[in-house]
Amino acid sequence: MNARLLAPGSVTAAALVLDEPLSLWGGLDPATGAVAEPRHPQHGEIVTGRVLVMPAARGSSSSASVLAEAVRAGTAPAGIVIGEPDLILAIGAAVAEELYGVQLPIAVVSPAEIGQLASGVAVTIGPEGVSIS
Amino acid sequence: MLAGEQGAGTALAMRLIVRAAEAQDAERLIPVTGAHVDSCLYHGEATIDFVDRLVDGAAQVRVPTTLNVGAVDLLHPELWRGDAGLAARGRRLMEQYRALGCRPTFTCAPYQLADARPGLGEQVAWGESNAIVFANSVLGARTNRYGDFMDIAAAVTARVPDAGLHRPEHRLAEAVIRLADDVPASIRADDSLDPVLGVIVGRLAGGDIPVLVGLPSGLAEDRLKALGAAAASSGAVALLHVVGSTPEAATLEAAVGGQAPIAEHAVTMDDLRRVRRELGGEAGGPLVAVSLGTPHASAAELAAVADALGGRRVATGLEMLVSTARDLLTAAEATGVAARLQASGVELLVDSCSYISPVLRQPGGPVMTNSGKWAYYAPGNIGATVVLGSLAECVESAVAGYVVRDGSWDAA
Repeated sequence: MNARLLAPGSVTAAALVLDEPLSLWGGLDPATGAVAEPRHPQHGEIVTGRVLVMPAARGSSSSASVLAEAVRAGTAPAGIVIGEPDLILAIGAAVAEELYGVQLPIAVVSPAEIGQLASGVAVTIGPEGVSIS
Repeated sequence: MLAGEQGAGTALAMRLIVRAAEAQDAERLIPVTGAHVDSCLYHGEATIDFVDRLVDGAAQVRVPTTLNVGAVDLLHPELWRGDAGLAARGRRLMEQYRALGCRPTFTCAPYQLADARPGLGEQVAWGESNAIVFANSVLGARTNRYGDFMDIAAAVTARVPDAGLHRPEHRLAEAVIRLADDVPASIRADDSLDPVLGVIVGRLAGGDIPVLVGLPSGLAEDRLKALGAAAASSGAVALLHVVGSTPEAATLEAAVGGQAPIAEHAVTMDDLRRVRRELGGEAGGPLVAVSLGTPHASAAELAAVADALGGRRVATGLEMLVSTARDLLTAAEATGVAARLQASGVELLVDSCSYISPVLRQPGGPVMTNSGKWAYYAPGNIGATVVLGSLAECVESAVAGYVVRDGSWDAA
Protein backbone atom coordinates (compact mmCIF):
# COMPACT_ATOMS: atom_id res chain seq x y z
CA MET A 1 0.00 0.00 0.00
CA ASN A 2 1.14 3.54 -0.72
CA ALA A 3 2.50 5.31 2.30
CA ARG A 4 4.05 8.63 3.15
CA LEU A 5 6.90 8.31 5.63
CA LEU A 6 6.86 10.87 8.46
CA ALA A 7 10.05 9.32 9.78
CA PRO A 8 12.47 7.24 7.70
CA GLY A 9 13.61 3.69 8.18
CA SER A 10 12.90 0.10 7.22
CA VAL A 11 11.49 -2.57 9.48
CA THR A 12 9.52 -5.82 9.41
CA ALA A 13 7.72 -6.90 12.56
CA ALA A 14 4.46 -8.34 13.82
CA ALA A 15 1.67 -5.80 13.86
CA LEU A 16 -0.17 -4.68 16.98
CA VAL A 17 -3.41 -3.04 15.85
CA LEU A 18 -5.00 -0.50 18.18
CA ASP A 19 -8.77 -0.30 17.78
CA GLU A 20 -8.87 3.28 19.10
CA PRO A 21 -6.52 6.27 18.95
CA LEU A 22 -3.95 6.42 21.74
CA SER A 23 -2.23 9.33 23.43
CA LEU A 24 1.27 8.03 24.16
CA TRP A 25 1.47 10.47 27.08
CA GLY A 26 -0.53 8.72 29.77
CA GLY A 27 -1.28 5.90 27.34
CA LEU A 28 2.12 4.20 26.97
CA ASP A 29 4.35 3.29 29.89
CA PRO A 30 7.90 3.76 28.56
CA ALA A 31 9.30 1.70 31.43
CA THR A 32 7.44 -1.44 30.30
CA GLY A 33 6.22 -0.76 26.76
CA ALA A 34 2.64 -1.51 27.85
CA VAL A 35 -0.50 0.31 26.75
CA ALA A 36 -1.29 2.00 30.06
CA GLU A 37 -4.61 3.72 29.46
CA PRO A 38 -7.15 1.69 31.44
CA ARG A 39 -10.07 2.54 29.13
CA HIS A 40 -8.21 1.55 25.96
CA PRO A 41 -9.27 -1.74 24.26
CA GLN A 42 -5.60 -2.83 24.01
CA HIS A 43 -4.82 -1.95 27.65
CA GLY A 44 -1.91 -4.08 28.86
CA GLU A 45 -0.65 -5.10 25.40
CA ILE A 46 3.10 -4.66 24.87
CA VAL A 47 4.11 -2.45 21.92
CA THR A 48 7.84 -3.21 22.17
CA GLY A 49 9.29 -4.47 18.88
CA ARG A 50 5.90 -4.48 17.14
CA VAL A 51 4.65 -2.40 14.25
CA LEU A 52 2.09 -0.29 16.05
CA VAL A 53 -0.94 0.28 13.84
CA MET A 54 -3.41 2.93 14.89
CA PRO A 55 -6.13 5.04 13.31
CA ALA A 56 -4.77 8.25 14.81
CA ALA A 57 -2.74 9.63 17.66
CA ARG A 58 -4.59 11.58 20.28
CA GLY A 59 -4.15 14.03 23.10
CA SER A 60 -1.12 15.50 24.69
CA SER A 61 1.73 17.17 22.86
CA SER A 62 4.04 15.50 25.40
CA SER A 63 3.67 12.26 23.44
CA ALA A 64 6.85 13.13 21.54
CA SER A 65 8.80 12.86 24.79
CA VAL A 66 7.21 9.55 25.66
CA LEU A 67 8.12 8.09 22.26
CA ALA A 68 11.74 9.25 22.57
CA GLU A 69 11.90 7.95 26.14
CA ALA A 70 10.55 4.56 25.03
CA VAL A 71 13.31 4.38 22.39
CA ARG A 72 15.92 5.25 25.03
CA ALA A 73 14.51 2.59 27.37
CA GLY A 74 14.35 -0.03 24.62
CA THR A 75 10.58 -0.44 24.94
CA ALA A 76 9.49 1.42 21.78
CA PRO A 77 7.59 -0.10 18.89
CA ALA A 78 9.75 -1.01 15.87
CA GLY A 79 7.65 1.22 13.66
CA ILE A 80 4.26 2.94 13.45
CA VAL A 81 1.55 2.84 10.78
CA ILE A 82 -1.04 5.56 11.27
CA GLY A 83 -4.19 6.67 9.46
CA GLU A 84 -3.47 10.39 9.48
CA PRO A 85 -0.29 12.50 9.65
CA ASP A 86 0.89 13.36 13.15
CA LEU A 87 3.56 15.98 13.69
CA ILE A 88 4.07 15.10 17.35
CA LEU A 89 5.03 11.47 16.67
CA ALA A 90 7.22 12.53 13.74
CA ILE A 91 9.20 14.83 16.01
CA GLY A 92 9.47 12.17 18.72
CA ALA A 93 10.97 9.77 16.18
CA ALA A 94 13.32 12.44 14.81
CA VAL A 95 14.64 13.20 18.30
CA ALA A 96 15.09 9.51 19.09
CA GLU A 97 17.18 9.15 15.95
CA GLU A 98 19.26 12.22 16.81
CA LEU A 99 19.90 11.15 20.40
CA TYR A 100 20.12 7.37 20.19
CA GLY A 101 20.76 6.60 16.51
CA VAL A 102 17.65 4.44 16.30
CA GLN A 103 15.31 4.83 13.33
CA LEU A 104 11.62 4.37 14.09
CA PRO A 105 9.81 4.59 10.74
CA ILE A 106 6.34 6.14 10.77
CA ALA A 107 4.13 5.55 7.74
CA VAL A 108 0.83 7.26 6.93
CA VAL A 109 -1.66 5.14 4.98
CA SER A 110 -5.34 5.69 4.24
CA PRO A 111 -7.82 4.83 7.00
CA ALA A 112 -9.26 2.13 4.70
CA GLU A 113 -5.86 0.48 4.36
CA ILE A 114 -5.39 0.54 8.13
CA GLY A 115 -8.34 -1.84 8.24
CA GLN A 116 -6.43 -4.41 6.18
CA LEU A 117 -3.79 -4.83 8.87
CA ALA A 118 -4.39 -7.37 11.62
CA SER A 119 -2.52 -7.96 14.84
CA GLY A 120 0.15 -10.65 14.59
CA VAL A 121 0.63 -10.33 10.83
CA ALA A 122 4.17 -9.42 9.75
CA VAL A 123 4.17 -5.89 8.35
CA THR A 124 7.03 -4.21 6.50
CA ILE A 125 7.56 -0.45 6.48
CA GLY A 126 10.14 0.91 4.04
CA PRO A 127 10.83 3.50 1.37
CA GLU A 128 8.48 1.57 -0.97
CA GLY A 129 5.55 1.90 1.44
CA VAL A 130 3.82 -0.56 3.72
CA SER A 131 3.31 -4.22 2.84
CA ILE A 132 2.06 -7.37 4.49
CA SER A 133 4.71 -10.07 4.40
CA MET B 1 21.67 27.10 10.43
CA LEU B 2 21.56 23.55 9.06
CA ALA B 3 25.21 23.67 8.04
CA GLY B 4 26.21 24.21 11.64
CA GLU B 5 27.90 27.59 11.28
CA GLN B 6 25.73 28.76 14.18
CA GLY B 7 26.59 25.82 16.35
CA ALA B 8 25.61 22.18 16.70
CA GLY B 9 22.61 22.97 18.90
CA THR B 10 21.05 25.32 16.37
CA ALA B 11 21.73 22.82 13.58
CA LEU B 12 19.92 20.10 15.56
CA ALA B 13 16.94 22.41 16.09
CA MET B 14 16.86 23.24 12.38
CA ARG B 15 16.93 19.56 11.40
CA LEU B 16 13.81 19.05 13.50
CA ILE B 17 12.09 22.04 11.86
CA VAL B 18 12.91 20.63 8.41
CA ARG B 19 11.58 17.23 9.45
CA ALA B 20 8.40 18.92 10.67
CA ALA B 21 8.02 20.77 7.37
CA GLU B 22 8.25 17.46 5.53
CA ALA B 23 5.70 15.85 7.83
CA GLN B 24 3.32 18.78 7.28
CA ASP B 25 3.92 19.02 3.51
CA ALA B 26 4.92 22.68 3.96
CA GLU B 27 6.62 24.44 1.07
CA ARG B 28 8.49 26.99 3.13
CA LEU B 29 9.33 28.16 6.62
CA ILE B 30 7.99 31.39 8.13
CA PRO B 31 9.42 33.50 10.97
CA VAL B 32 7.85 33.52 14.43
CA THR B 33 8.09 36.41 16.89
CA GLY B 34 7.81 34.43 20.11
CA ALA B 35 7.56 30.99 21.64
CA HIS B 36 6.11 29.24 24.67
CA VAL B 37 8.01 26.09 25.57
CA ASP B 38 6.43 23.08 27.27
CA SER B 39 9.50 20.86 26.98
CA CYS B 40 10.70 21.88 30.46
CA LEU B 41 8.40 19.35 32.14
CA TYR B 42 10.30 16.13 32.90
CA HIS B 43 9.08 13.04 31.05
CA GLY B 44 12.08 10.78 31.51
CA GLU B 45 15.79 10.87 30.79
CA ALA B 46 15.25 11.43 27.06
CA THR B 47 13.97 14.93 27.85
CA ILE B 48 17.22 15.70 29.69
CA ASP B 49 19.40 14.07 27.01
CA PHE B 50 17.75 16.34 24.44
CA VAL B 51 18.16 19.63 26.29
CA ASP B 52 21.74 18.71 27.20
CA ARG B 53 22.45 18.28 23.47
CA LEU B 54 21.08 21.77 22.81
CA VAL B 55 22.96 23.39 25.69
CA ASP B 56 26.21 21.59 24.89
CA GLY B 57 25.75 22.69 21.28
CA ALA B 58 25.61 26.33 22.42
CA ALA B 59 22.02 26.89 21.25
CA GLN B 60 20.17 30.01 22.37
CA VAL B 61 16.61 31.11 21.68
CA ARG B 62 16.30 33.78 18.98
CA VAL B 63 12.87 35.14 20.04
CA PRO B 64 11.33 36.00 23.42
CA THR B 65 10.42 32.63 24.90
CA THR B 66 8.35 31.85 27.98
CA LEU B 67 8.54 28.53 29.82
CA ASN B 68 5.64 26.30 30.79
CA VAL B 69 5.27 24.62 34.17
CA GLY B 70 7.93 22.22 35.31
CA ALA B 71 7.86 19.36 37.76
CA VAL B 72 8.91 21.42 40.78
CA ASP B 73 7.92 24.68 42.48
CA LEU B 74 11.41 26.18 42.54
CA LEU B 75 10.31 28.93 44.94
CA HIS B 76 8.55 26.58 47.38
CA PRO B 77 10.45 23.27 47.13
CA GLU B 78 9.10 22.22 50.53
CA LEU B 79 5.70 21.57 48.88
CA TRP B 80 7.16 18.53 47.02
CA ARG B 81 6.05 15.27 48.64
CA GLY B 82 7.56 12.81 46.18
CA ASP B 83 10.86 11.14 45.41
CA ALA B 84 13.81 13.52 45.94
CA GLY B 85 15.75 12.12 43.00
CA LEU B 86 12.85 12.77 40.67
CA ALA B 87 12.56 16.34 41.93
CA ALA B 88 16.26 16.86 41.22
CA ARG B 89 15.84 15.64 37.64
CA GLY B 90 12.81 17.87 37.16
CA ARG B 91 14.70 20.86 38.54
CA ARG B 92 17.73 20.19 36.34
CA LEU B 93 15.54 20.13 33.23
CA MET B 94 13.96 23.49 34.17
CA GLU B 95 17.39 25.03 34.75
CA GLN B 96 18.74 23.77 31.41
CA TYR B 97 15.90 25.54 29.59
CA ARG B 98 16.82 28.76 31.38
CA ALA B 99 20.36 28.23 30.10
CA LEU B 100 18.99 28.31 26.54
CA GLY B 101 17.80 31.88 27.19
CA CYS B 102 14.17 31.12 27.95
CA ARG B 103 12.43 33.37 30.46
CA PRO B 104 11.74 31.49 33.71
CA THR B 105 8.00 32.16 33.76
CA PHE B 106 7.11 28.51 34.50
CA THR B 107 3.44 29.05 33.82
CA CYS B 108 0.85 27.27 31.70
CA ALA B 109 -0.90 30.63 31.23
CA PRO B 110 1.76 32.91 29.70
CA TYR B 111 -1.07 34.92 28.12
CA GLN B 112 -1.73 36.32 31.61
CA LEU B 113 1.65 38.08 31.55
CA ALA B 114 1.09 41.48 29.91
CA ASP B 115 4.41 41.42 28.07
CA ALA B 116 4.03 37.88 26.73
CA ARG B 117 0.73 38.24 24.86
CA PRO B 118 1.00 38.00 21.08
CA GLY B 119 -1.34 40.19 19.06
CA LEU B 120 -4.00 39.47 16.45
CA GLY B 121 -2.48 37.70 13.46
CA GLU B 122 0.97 37.36 15.05
CA GLN B 123 2.86 34.17 14.13
CA VAL B 124 4.16 32.34 17.21
CA ALA B 125 5.19 28.82 18.25
CA TRP B 126 3.44 27.77 21.43
CA GLY B 127 3.33 24.52 23.37
CA GLU B 128 0.90 23.53 26.17
CA SER B 129 -2.58 22.66 24.97
CA ASN B 130 -4.51 25.30 26.93
CA ALA B 131 -2.06 28.05 25.99
CA ILE B 132 -2.27 27.05 22.32
CA VAL B 133 -6.04 27.26 22.25
CA PHE B 134 -5.97 30.58 24.15
CA ALA B 135 -3.37 32.12 21.83
CA ASN B 136 -5.26 31.09 18.70
CA SER B 137 -8.79 31.69 19.92
CA VAL B 138 -8.77 34.56 22.42
CA LEU B 139 -5.77 36.53 21.15
CA GLY B 140 -6.11 35.64 17.47
CA ALA B 141 -2.40 34.83 17.28
CA ARG B 142 -1.38 31.93 15.05
CA THR B 143 0.22 28.73 16.26
CA ASN B 144 -0.08 25.04 15.58
CA ARG B 145 -0.03 22.49 18.39
CA TYR B 146 3.68 22.42 19.07
CA GLY B 147 4.74 19.78 21.50
CA ASP B 148 7.87 18.71 23.22
CA PHE B 149 11.13 19.29 21.28
CA MET B 150 9.35 21.17 18.46
CA ASP B 151 8.55 24.21 20.61
CA ILE B 152 12.16 24.79 21.62
CA ALA B 153 13.38 23.99 18.09
CA ALA B 154 11.10 26.79 16.83
CA ALA B 155 12.36 29.15 19.55
CA VAL B 156 16.01 28.44 18.67
CA THR B 157 15.51 28.82 14.91
CA ALA B 158 12.68 31.41 15.03
CA ARG B 159 11.13 29.42 12.20
CA VAL B 160 8.15 27.11 11.74
CA PRO B 161 6.71 25.33 8.70
CA ASP B 162 4.12 27.43 6.85
CA ALA B 163 1.24 25.05 7.50
CA GLY B 164 -1.97 24.51 9.41
CA LEU B 165 -3.21 27.31 11.67
CA HIS B 166 -0.43 29.65 10.53
CA ARG B 167 -2.40 30.03 7.30
CA PRO B 168 -5.66 32.02 7.41
CA GLU B 169 -7.54 29.62 5.14
CA HIS B 170 -7.05 26.86 7.72
CA ARG B 171 -8.51 28.86 10.61
CA LEU B 172 -12.17 28.85 9.59
CA ALA B 173 -14.70 27.05 11.76
CA GLU B 174 -15.75 23.62 10.52
CA ALA B 175 -18.04 22.31 13.27
CA VAL B 176 -20.88 24.46 14.64
CA ILE B 177 -21.74 23.65 18.26
CA ARG B 178 -24.88 25.35 19.60
CA LEU B 179 -26.26 25.52 23.10
CA ALA B 180 -29.82 24.24 22.75
CA ASP B 181 -32.80 26.41 23.65
CA ASP B 182 -33.42 24.44 26.85
CA VAL B 183 -30.17 25.76 28.40
CA PRO B 184 -31.33 28.73 30.53
CA ALA B 185 -29.58 32.09 30.63
CA SER B 186 -28.62 31.49 34.26
CA ILE B 187 -26.50 28.47 33.28
CA ARG B 188 -24.97 30.27 30.31
CA ALA B 189 -23.88 33.05 32.65
CA ASP B 190 -22.39 30.72 35.28
CA ASP B 191 -18.71 29.76 35.31
CA SER B 192 -19.66 26.22 36.39
CA LEU B 193 -20.76 25.69 32.76
CA ASP B 194 -17.29 26.18 31.28
CA PRO B 195 -15.44 22.98 32.26
CA VAL B 196 -18.48 20.87 31.37
CA LEU B 197 -19.14 22.53 28.02
CA GLY B 198 -15.43 22.54 27.21
CA VAL B 199 -15.15 18.78 27.65
CA ILE B 200 -18.20 18.31 25.41
CA VAL B 201 -16.72 20.62 22.74
CA GLY B 202 -13.44 18.68 22.73
CA ARG B 203 -15.29 15.40 22.20
CA LEU B 204 -17.66 16.71 19.52
CA ALA B 205 -15.03 18.56 17.53
CA GLY B 206 -12.93 15.55 16.56
CA GLY B 207 -10.38 16.89 14.09
CA ASP B 208 -12.55 19.86 13.10
CA ILE B 209 -12.22 23.49 14.23
CA PRO B 210 -15.26 24.21 16.40
CA VAL B 211 -17.31 27.39 16.76
CA LEU B 212 -19.49 27.75 19.80
CA VAL B 213 -22.84 29.56 19.55
CA GLY B 214 -25.09 30.62 22.40
CA LEU B 215 -22.83 31.99 25.11
CA PRO B 216 -23.22 35.60 26.31
CA SER B 217 -21.11 37.92 24.17
CA GLY B 218 -17.96 39.48 25.58
CA LEU B 219 -17.24 36.47 27.80
CA ALA B 220 -14.53 37.13 30.41
CA GLU B 221 -11.04 35.85 29.63
CA ASP B 222 -11.10 33.54 32.63
CA ARG B 223 -14.20 31.80 31.29
CA LEU B 224 -12.69 31.47 27.81
CA LYS B 225 -9.57 30.07 29.45
CA ALA B 226 -11.59 27.43 31.31
CA LEU B 227 -13.57 26.46 28.21
CA GLY B 228 -10.49 26.13 26.02
CA ALA B 229 -8.47 24.22 28.60
CA ALA B 230 -11.24 21.64 28.98
CA ALA B 231 -11.75 21.33 25.21
CA ALA B 232 -8.02 20.83 24.70
CA SER B 233 -8.04 18.10 27.37
CA SER B 234 -10.86 15.96 26.00
CA GLY B 235 -9.91 16.60 22.38
CA ALA B 236 -7.17 17.92 20.14
CA VAL B 237 -8.70 21.40 19.92
CA ALA B 238 -6.16 24.11 19.03
CA LEU B 239 -8.60 26.84 17.99
CA LEU B 240 -12.07 27.37 19.44
CA HIS B 241 -14.12 30.21 18.02
CA VAL B 242 -16.75 31.62 20.42
CA VAL B 243 -19.28 33.79 18.64
CA GLY B 244 -19.38 37.26 20.17
CA SER B 245 -16.23 36.75 22.25
CA THR B 246 -13.22 35.75 20.14
CA PRO B 247 -11.70 38.04 17.51
CA GLU B 248 -12.19 35.84 14.46
CA ALA B 249 -15.82 35.11 15.38
CA ALA B 250 -17.62 38.45 15.62
CA THR B 251 -20.45 36.55 13.93
CA LEU B 252 -21.04 32.92 13.02
CA GLU B 253 -20.74 33.90 9.35
CA ALA B 254 -17.30 35.39 9.98
CA ALA B 255 -16.14 32.28 11.84
CA VAL B 256 -17.16 29.85 9.09
CA GLY B 257 -16.02 32.24 6.36
CA GLY B 258 -18.94 31.55 4.09
CA GLN B 259 -18.27 27.81 3.96
CA ALA B 260 -20.86 25.19 4.79
CA PRO B 261 -19.94 23.58 8.13
CA ILE B 262 -18.78 19.95 8.08
CA ALA B 263 -20.82 19.18 11.17
CA GLU B 264 -23.49 20.78 13.37
CA HIS B 265 -24.16 19.75 16.94
CA ALA B 266 -26.63 20.87 19.60
CA VAL B 267 -25.77 20.65 23.30
CA THR B 268 -28.83 20.16 25.50
CA MET B 269 -29.31 20.34 29.27
CA ASP B 270 -29.32 16.53 29.27
CA ASP B 271 -25.89 16.49 27.60
CA LEU B 272 -24.57 19.04 30.10
CA ARG B 273 -25.95 17.19 33.11
CA ARG B 274 -24.52 13.86 31.92
CA VAL B 275 -20.99 15.20 31.49
CA ARG B 276 -21.19 17.30 34.65
CA ARG B 277 -22.09 14.13 36.58
CA GLU B 278 -19.23 12.24 34.88
CA LEU B 279 -16.75 14.94 35.96
CA GLY B 280 -17.93 14.90 39.58
CA GLY B 281 -20.26 17.86 39.32
CA GLU B 282 -23.02 16.20 41.33
CA ALA B 283 -20.84 14.65 44.00
CA GLY B 284 -21.24 15.66 47.63
CA GLY B 285 -19.77 14.79 50.99
CA PRO B 286 -16.52 15.49 52.80
CA LEU B 287 -13.39 16.81 51.06
CA VAL B 288 -9.69 16.48 51.81
CA ALA B 289 -8.62 19.25 49.44
CA VAL B 290 -9.70 22.03 47.12
CA SER B 291 -7.43 22.77 44.16
CA LEU B 292 -7.84 25.89 42.02
CA GLY B 293 -5.67 27.45 39.35
CA THR B 294 -5.62 24.94 36.48
CA PRO B 295 -4.70 26.64 34.20
CA HIS B 296 -2.80 29.01 36.50
CA ALA B 297 -5.04 31.48 38.32
CA SER B 298 -5.22 34.99 36.90
CA ALA B 299 -4.93 38.13 39.02
CA ALA B 300 -8.72 38.44 38.82
CA GLU B 301 -9.19 34.86 40.02
CA LEU B 302 -6.74 35.29 42.92
CA ALA B 303 -8.63 38.40 44.01
CA ALA B 304 -11.99 36.63 43.57
CA VAL B 305 -10.88 33.77 45.82
CA ALA B 306 -9.59 36.18 48.47
CA ASP B 307 -12.83 38.18 48.29
CA ALA B 308 -15.00 35.07 48.51
CA LEU B 309 -13.05 33.84 51.52
CA GLY B 310 -13.49 37.26 53.09
CA GLY B 311 -11.00 36.51 55.85
CA ARG B 312 -12.58 33.15 56.79
CA ARG B 313 -10.19 30.23 57.30
CA VAL B 314 -10.45 27.02 55.34
CA ALA B 315 -11.74 24.06 57.34
CA THR B 316 -9.35 22.36 59.76
CA GLY B 317 -7.60 19.46 58.06
CA LEU B 318 -8.63 20.53 54.57
CA GLU B 319 -5.86 21.55 52.16
CA MET B 320 -6.69 24.46 49.86
CA LEU B 321 -4.18 24.99 47.12
CA VAL B 322 -4.17 27.64 44.39
CA SER B 323 -1.67 27.37 41.52
CA THR B 324 -0.50 30.51 39.74
CA ALA B 325 2.45 32.01 37.92
CA ARG B 326 5.42 33.22 39.98
CA ASP B 327 5.09 36.66 38.33
CA LEU B 328 1.44 36.87 39.34
CA LEU B 329 2.34 35.78 42.87
CA THR B 330 4.81 38.66 43.06
CA ALA B 331 2.07 41.03 41.93
CA ALA B 332 -0.39 39.53 44.43
CA GLU B 333 2.16 40.01 47.20
CA ALA B 334 2.40 43.68 46.27
CA THR B 335 -1.38 44.19 46.36
CA GLY B 336 -1.91 42.23 49.57
CA VAL B 337 -4.04 39.58 47.89
CA ALA B 338 -1.44 36.88 48.59
CA ALA B 339 -1.34 37.76 52.29
CA ARG B 340 -5.14 37.62 52.52
CA LEU B 341 -5.15 34.17 50.90
CA GLN B 342 -2.39 32.89 53.16
CA ALA B 343 -4.13 34.28 56.25
CA SER B 344 -7.12 32.14 55.30
CA GLY B 345 -4.88 29.09 55.12
CA VAL B 346 -4.50 28.90 51.34
CA GLU B 347 -1.28 27.39 49.95
CA LEU B 348 0.03 29.14 46.85
CA LEU B 349 1.87 26.91 44.37
CA VAL B 350 3.91 28.35 41.50
CA ASP B 351 5.99 26.92 38.63
CA SER B 352 4.03 23.67 38.60
CA CYS B 353 0.57 22.21 39.09
CA SER B 354 -1.14 19.94 41.59
CA TYR B 355 -2.13 17.28 39.03
CA ILE B 356 1.37 16.75 37.59
CA SER B 357 3.43 16.88 40.77
CA PRO B 358 3.19 15.21 44.18
CA VAL B 359 2.17 18.24 46.23
CA LEU B 360 -1.26 17.44 47.67
CA ARG B 361 -1.15 15.91 51.15
CA GLN B 362 -3.89 13.40 50.26
CA PRO B 363 -3.95 13.20 46.45
CA GLY B 364 -6.56 10.42 46.47
CA GLY B 365 -9.17 12.95 47.51
CA PRO B 366 -11.97 13.66 47.26
CA VAL B 367 -10.52 16.87 45.82
CA MET B 368 -12.78 19.68 44.61
CA THR B 369 -11.79 21.82 41.63
CA ASN B 370 -13.36 24.28 39.21
CA SER B 371 -11.21 22.98 36.34
CA GLY B 372 -12.29 20.63 33.58
CA LYS B 373 -8.64 20.00 32.81
CA TRP B 374 -7.87 19.01 36.38
CA ALA B 375 -10.99 16.83 36.47
CA TYR B 376 -9.89 15.17 33.25
CA TYR B 377 -6.27 14.40 34.12
CA ALA B 378 -6.01 14.12 37.92
CA PRO B 379 -7.72 10.70 38.25
CA GLY B 380 -5.13 9.10 35.94
CA ASN B 381 -2.13 11.15 37.01
CA ILE B 382 -2.39 11.23 40.79
CA GLY B 383 -5.30 8.88 41.47
CA ALA B 384 -7.65 11.60 42.65
CA THR B 385 -11.38 11.31 43.08
CA VAL B 386 -12.65 14.61 41.72
CA VAL B 387 -15.54 16.86 42.68
CA LEU B 388 -16.31 19.64 40.20
CA GLY B 389 -17.89 22.98 41.05
CA SER B 390 -17.86 26.69 40.36
CA LEU B 391 -15.16 28.88 41.87
CA ALA B 392 -17.63 30.19 44.46
CA GLU B 393 -18.75 26.65 45.35
CA CYS B 394 -15.12 25.57 45.74
CA VAL B 395 -14.44 28.40 48.18
CA GLU B 396 -17.58 27.74 50.25
CA SER B 397 -16.75 24.04 50.30
CA ALA B 398 -13.18 24.74 51.44
CA VAL B 399 -14.51 26.72 54.39
CA ALA B 400 -17.11 24.08 55.25
CA GLY B 401 -14.86 21.04 54.73
CA TYR B 402 -17.52 19.34 52.64
CA VAL B 403 -19.19 19.98 49.30
CA VAL B 404 -21.47 23.01 49.32
CA ARG B 405 -23.64 23.57 46.23
CA ASP B 406 -25.35 26.83 45.33
CA GLY B 407 -28.26 25.05 43.65
CA SER B 408 -27.83 26.81 40.33
CA TRP B 409 -28.13 23.56 38.35
CA ASP B 410 -31.13 22.32 40.38
CA ALA B 411 -33.29 25.21 39.21
CA ALA B 412 -32.20 24.93 35.58
